[in-house]
Amino acid sequence: MSAPRSIVVQTAEAVRKGERTAVEVCEESLARIERHDGALNAFLYVDREGALEAARRVDEARAKGEPLGPLAGVTIAIKDNLCTRGVPTSCASKILEGWRPPYDADSVERLRAAGAVLVGKTNLDEFAMGSSTENSAFGPVKNPWDLSRVPGGSSGGSAAAVAAGLSQASLGSDTGGSVRQPGAFCGVTAVKPTYGRVSRYGLIAFASSLDQVGPFTKSVRDAARLMEVIAGHDPRDATSLEREVPRYEAACDEPAKGLRVGVVRSQVEAVEDAEVRAAMDATLDALRDAGATLVDVELPHAKYAVSVYYLVATAEASSNLARFDGVRYGLRVSRDDLVEMVEETRAQGFGPEVKRRIMLGTYALSAGYYDAFYLKAQKVRTLIRRDYDAAFEVCDVVLSPTTPTPAFEFGARTHDPLAMYLADIFTLPPSLAGLPAFSTPCGLTKGGLPVGVQLTGRPFDEATLFRASAAIEARLGLGEHEARAFLGDKA
Amino acid sequence: MTTYEAVIGLEVHAQLLTRTKLFCGCSAEYGAEPNTHVCPVCLGLPGALPVPNEKAIELAIRAGLALGCKVRTTSRFARKNYFYPDLSKNYQTSQYDEPIDEHGELVIEVDGVEKRIGITRAHLEEDAAKNVHGEGGGLHTVVDYNRAGTPLLEIVSEPDLRSAAEAEAYLKKLRDILMFIGVNDGNLEEGSFRCDANVSIRPVGQEEFGTRTELKNINSFKFVRKAIEYEIARQEAVVSSGGKIVQETRTWNEAQQKTVTMRSKEEAHDYRYFPCPDLPPIRVSEERIESIRASLPELPDAKRARYVEQLGLTPYDAGVLTGHPEIARFFEATLAALGDEKLGKKVANFIQSEVLRFVETRGLEATFPVKAEALAGLLALVEKGSINGKIAKQVFAEMVETGASAESIVESKGLAAVTDTAALEAEIQKVLDANPAQVEQYRGGKQAVFGFFVGQVMKATKGQADPKAVQEILRRLLG
Repeated sequence: MSAPRSIVVQTAEAVRKGERTAVEVCEESLARIERHDGALNAFLYVDREGALEAARRVDEARAKGEPLGPLAGVTIAIKDNLCTRGVPTSCASKILEGWRPPYDADSVERLRAAGAVLVGKTNLDEFAMGSSTENSAFGPVKNPWDLSRVPGGSSGGSAAAVAAGLSQASLGSDTGGSVRQPGAFCGVTAVKPTYGRVSRYGLIAFASSLDQVGPFTKSVRDAARLMEVIAGHDPRDATSLEREVPRYEAACDEPAKGLRVGVVRSQVEAVEDAEVRAAMDATLDALRDAGATLVDVELPHAKYAVSVYYLVATAEASSNLARFDGVRYGLRVSRDDLVEMVEETRAQGFGPEVKRRIMLGTYALSAGYYDAFYLKAQKVRTLIRRDYDAAFEVCDVVLSPTTPTPAFEFGARTHDPLAMYLADIFTLPPSLAGLPAFSTPCGLTKGGLPVGVQLTGRPFDEATLFRASAAIEARLGLGEHEARAFLGDKA
Repeated sequence: MTTYEAVIGLEVHAQLLTRTKLFCGCSAEYGAEPNTHVCPVCLGLPGALPVPNEKAIELAIRAGLALGCKVRTTSRFARKNYFYPDLSKNYQTSQYDEPIDEHGELVIEVDGVEKRIGITRAHLEEDAAKNVHGEGGGLHTVVDYNRAGTPLLEIVSEPDLRSAAEAEAYLKKLRDILMFIGVNDGNLEEGSFRCDANVSIRPVGQEEFGTRTELKNINSFKFVRKAIEYEIARQEAVVSSGGKIVQETRTWNEAQQKTVTMRSKEEAHDYRYFPCPDLPPIRVSEERIESIRASLPELPDAKRARYVEQLGLTPYDAGVLTGHPEIARFFEATLAALGDEKLGKKVANFIQSEVLRFVETRGLEATFPVKAEALAGLLALVEKGSINGKIAKQVFAEMVETGASAESIVESKGLAAVTDTAALEAEIQKVLDANPAQVEQYRGGKQAVFGFFVGQVMKATKGQADPKAVQEILRRLLG
């Protein structure tokens, strides 16, 4: 196994040198989308004209000798809960279908400014609520490694688009694992930055205290380049923090020798899937081989993460999603009476999982329950954060599996919301603690499904995670063994 | 027969005088074309996020300090969740269990008796948009979001008020203070100072409160008084006849001169307050609080007391001159330009008798017919004896009309007093010579004739003679 090519870095370099034009790169991406997305359903909207226009501008800028951005000509897909000026943004929900935001999300704006070519908007679980994209109002995304399986969620479309080479990179959003889990299921690098590292401005909120925008790429280095572009303070987001953005690409070159890796032994051992266990063992060997030292750590309160998450996230969501009422934008089911109009609009506009979470959250915030549920959950969050603080006394990164299993089959968990929620059991604790966490491919099952390993870092220490992930990738990366093989497409 | 006492608590929504809204850069100005002062944030578009307006926070602290509140070094925004189209996000960003200001008080005076009224809290919140019903004769309701997100300070009193008169005094006092510290423009008509009243009654001597009603949307001091008086009488009538007060929201109907039911409390909401996850806690250092405290101007009460004690004004005059911050400023500027505090009473009298009728106030703004320095110029001439008080009024009228300075008017119209003693003496001698009979009478002991001579001299000098000088010379020549 070996590291995959860093197509983002290479493309930007080739475009800068004039070896390739941005229009060529863009057309290739658009052609692949046309050819494969019928099977994958990764895209909700392909912005052919906008993408070609952006690509032409990059080529013109080069022709005029203007300096090019670090992502010049790189094709990027955007999760459809990030606002894109004038381009439909639906959150995969009927209630927002066809809405065209008058502004770009901060991360989208930064990508454009860096010369990226945004090819389209990717499918997701409605309002980012789900772990399989089966909650999309516009049909699920297929896992490019095995079309009978889910790509993970909620950012399934963004993960699948990169895995299948429909775009060279993509943005997703991660609330409780929505970048990392599909990253693991689709065999791509997935980054959930520290809360406050990337602006949430223009990210349509699911759970405001947890949501973070993060990239998907084939290689760790590519993710580093995207993070250097999208990270940084944004005065439009009061929770965005003013912290210097280090050179993440340089961190990818730092050897892992001397790195202290804390293994969450109980989580590794909780994995019943033998192949995921084997991939974890291989990962630990690889890290040892790279000169890292391994220590066991425990997160005593992590076992409460699922309960805490489904109180906090649903409570915030119940309030965040109140604005979809048919009055100002999106779907309106006309009725003579205001209350009926709002009720009918929401009844027809939201899917069952979104309704379930709004109800859970409304209940959690209700008079007489707030202290026992929401407030208590927030206190447990603090305890989880302290578990990590203690762990970081003895290690630099915390390691666990990203998911308990590889990608599951469609319908396998839709009947049982709780089973679905457990798909996020390992990704929730870092989210609740606000910590940066990556999922890095670390092997394939015998059946050819990718497995991911999750690395969690100290607040704002993404650099160390890039360093550790690069070490794993160098030894266990999926190389050019790409998902496109499963699409009958060896090109 | 049982006698009852009223228990009243007031909630005031005061719009903070910021240039922009509480969470976005849109103008907070009143009266623009509908939906022109809007952006993704105040329209609650998906993905838009609030960023607190630092100026609003400062004004809230300022108000808290002026009202004797404890300002919290950590306070928090919370979401108040309910569905209504005037709320663009279907929650209002407000403050709940950690308001910025707490535990203040305000001293009112009714019928010469001072009373301390507690202020429970003052918290920041965003205003809602405005629903306009039946626009263009249709059945539709349209929404103007210009007002959405405008910063408000909600100031909640303790239930310490016992009469409509006390409530009115409290409101006037509160409004005065907020205007003097530049936090609110006190404009009831435009809704930048709004009041809701919680009213209940209980038998005198009873500890626990009766069931209260909430009076909403009362937009003038007159209505506040009438509405509360009516409501107290209504509740007494209900209870005296064996009925029970229903907890509900009522409003003052001016046409019918009574309060009427708006909605009953059964429709009350569970607002599901929780800390707003988009907004970190507001942290204010003790140093910042102290520096804001140090920047507070003299409050109206202190000003009034100073006018009385230091300048010798009557309490009534002091009250008139502190009736609006700009009037007080004008008074003080005039006095400062004259450079003599002892003239306070004279300046006060002239402003009240001559200037105020030309003054128009709108909110915090006031227009004056002349500049304070110009008025000081006029009053300085009176002090020098160049003109007398009567001429000063004439000159002032001329100043208002032409905008010219007092000196140039006096000069061009030849209004300067005849202060040349020799000339005046000659004038007076002429008067005495022309009225020998009256001179005889005076010398024969008829003192009353003295006034006749003064009148004749003033007439002869067209009123420009300094009356004091006239009297002196008359006495000498007659003596």
